[in-house]
Amino acid sequence: MQGNSEAKSLNEMVVGLAGNPNSGKTSMFNNLTGARHQVGNWPGVTVEKKEGRHVRDGQVIRVVDLPGTYSLGAFSEDEAVARNYILSGEPDLVVNIVDASNLERNLYLTTQLLEMGANLVIALNMFDEAEKKQIKIDLEAMAGILAVPVVPTVAVRNKGTSELVTAAVGAAGKGPGRTFRIDYGREAEPGIARLEKALAAVQTVKHLPARWVAVKLLEGDENIYGRVMQSLKAGDIVKLRDEVAAHIESMTGLDPESLFADRRYGFISGLIKETVTRKSTTEDRLSISDRIDRVVTNRFLGMPIFFLSMFAVFQFTFALGDPLIGYVEEFFEWLGEGAGALFTNELIASLVADGIIGGVGAVLVFIPPIFLIFFAISLLEDSGYMARAAYIMDRFMHRLGLHGKSFIPLIVGFGCNVPAIMACRTLENRRDRMITILITPLMSCAARLPIYVLFVGAFFTAFQGLIISSLYFLGIALAIMMGILFKRFLFKGEVSPFVMELPPYRVPTLKGVLIHMWERGWAFIKRAGTIIFSVVIVIWVFASLPAGVEFASRESYLGAIGGFLAPVFTPLGFGTWEAAAALIFGLLAKEVVVGMFGVVYGIGEDRLTSAIQTLWTPLSAYAFMVMSLIYIPCVAAIATIKRETNSWRWTGFAMAYSLVLGWIMAFLVYQGGRLLGLG
Amino acid sequence: MLNAVLPLGFLTPGRDAVVRDVVGGKELRQRLCEMGFARGSLVRIVQSQPCGPLIISLGDGRIVLGRGVAQKIMVEEVDN
Repeated sequence: MQGNSEAKSLNEMVVGLAGNPNSGKTSMFNNLTGARHQVGNWPGVTVEKKEGRHVRDGQVIRVVDLPGTYSLGAFSEDEAVARNYILSGEPDLVVNIVDASNLERNLYLTTQLLEMGANLVIALNMFDEAEKKQIKIDLEAMAGILAVPVVPTVAVRNKGTSELVTAAVGAAGKGPGRTFRIDYGREAEPGIARLEKALAAVQTVKHLPARWVAVKLLEGDENIYGRVMQSLKAGDIVKLRDEVAAHIESMTGLDPESLFADRRYGFISGLIKETVTRKSTTEDRLSISDRIDRVVTNRFLGMPIFFLSMFAVFQFTFALGDPLIGYVEEFFEWLGEGAGALFTNELIASLVADGIIGGVGAVLVFIPPIFLIFFAISLLEDSGYMARAAYIMDRFMHRLGLHGKSFIPLIVGFGCNVPAIMACRTLENRRDRMITILITPLMSCAARLPIYVLFVGAFFTAFQGLIISSLYFLGIALAIMMGILFKRFLFKGEVSPFVMELPPYRVPTLKGVLIHMWERGWAFIKRAGTIIFSVVIVIWVFASLPAGVEFASRESYLGAIGGFLAPVFTPLGFGTWEAAAALIFGLLAKEVVVGMFGVVYGIGEDRLTSAIQTLWTPLSAYAFMVMSLIYIPCVAAIATIKRETNSWRWTGFAMAYSLVLGWIMAFLVYQGGRLLGLG
Repeated sequence: MLNAVLPLGFLTPGRDAVVRDVVGGKELRQRLCEMGFARGSLVRIVQSQPCGPLIISLGDGRIVLGRGVAQKIMVEEVDN
């Protein structure tokens, strides 16, 4: 293959996957690359970059998943990333995943890719659904008009993948075919041509397709505008641009941007007329999806169904997770005893058995429920229900001055706050983004689950589902309250527009859900393996020093720090040095709280639970759980907040408000409970 | 058969209409455009919550629009 960047090896071919959200791009990526992905970030931004490999007859194909976008403007970071990557010349080929059952909108992105001069192969995905809707597509005619290969696929059933690869390898060898152009009409074309000619001499955009640059400049694309402004001839170009734009506006009554959009859709509807036949002209008015929506998004039934499904998610997580926790626990106990016996040096034996295996084990025990909750969230996402939840919750979210879309990061927050805070990027408006980022840490993430499970296991076995749900709902209620306060006092202004696609319901594939679950769960394990591992060693060192003290006793440094801060927590019912120390270390990662108790009370489920049963009361345990839920997010979340808000001030604010709020809530729970005679 | 042009939010649910214009800021217009709200496209309100968002049928897809956004899309009812 003719590689054009030094970074790739001689025989490697690079393919970028582009497509709308919900076009089945992820399924296709999984088909091509199997389950092994490399996940990283695009340079300079926090947009996730996924890569994988596909090997066919000794040909290595590096597949790069581009962010799912509806177009390639420059408004969102996702779009800019996809666009810059395609323009960089690194990919030999772009595979455009197109939802064949929703052609008009999907082809809008296709026209943009073609205008950029990308070497393209089109995968007409969900071809079966199009057939079911009696949409007949003339593939040859479409390939002829667009001058690119068109391959029918059904990604969720892994159909057409091999044919797609064949087409891709063929097309990559040939390079882009004839230049694609949309006729923008006689009012615009002469102006575009003039601008194109003038741009040929501009260094900063010389390497880009000239016609595309001219069109983008007329559309007022900020990125391209900025690049042109850096050149010496900026003044002349801008003058010419304004002149052409004014001409177009006076002739058509439309600004260039609207005219071009009309023309693109005009081209698309022409293309569809030429290549698509619909058997029944009267659309099946009530598709299955609409019929389900009649119930699920119903004005009265929507909310109850939503709460029921959330409750089901938690029940599923615990009913299935509990027995599994037992097995993992037994494994770590066995491992700890075995490893401890291996070392004759008492100190090292203690480090390995009490410190590393005890501490890390105490956290890893919670892998089953964490994987299960990610499984459930992936199921909700892949089935299409998550978008309905956003719709149902919109009215509710409106009161916080947010809209339903903010609800999706909040739900992801139940898995882990870090991806949730990153998911806030999909919110276009800064104010929405800031409020959502600030309240997301109140969503009880999977890492806080171990804390609840520990205390619930000690005191509330009979009502575990109820008690744990109550904490989740408390987090939600506080998020609402804080959202309202933030809106009133910190971020005044109007609610931003709410536009969201509602994908049709689909039966999720097990493979897709499992891969989704695995990616998120594995990220958690990696964190447990790195941050928690080091934290556990730090805790062990603090617990073992000064030399000669009994491990994790009141006399150790750990005990001293905890003892110093304990009085702060006395009104909350847990003014012990163990609890104070656990909360401090919990900042590093909330699940460390459990690892910490594992260290100070001794390893092993039985000992830990019985220690808690003797040293705590149900009320103080609940107050502690409330504190753990609310107080300062973990370091990973703090770092993400800093990165996403790009402000230390707001990061500091997020930490401070949550600490104060946590203290107040735990105080209210404990003192209120005592007044009611529960203590 | 000249029908009045009205904001999408005021369209009778279930009635077909054609998009005539999208008003509002550049960013919103571009977003709606890339989601498929082009002049001439066929729309219908599938479901609406009182004072809440609407589910719109657009081409072969379904799109949720907030009330405010729906007021910025001008449509013309078609006789069906």
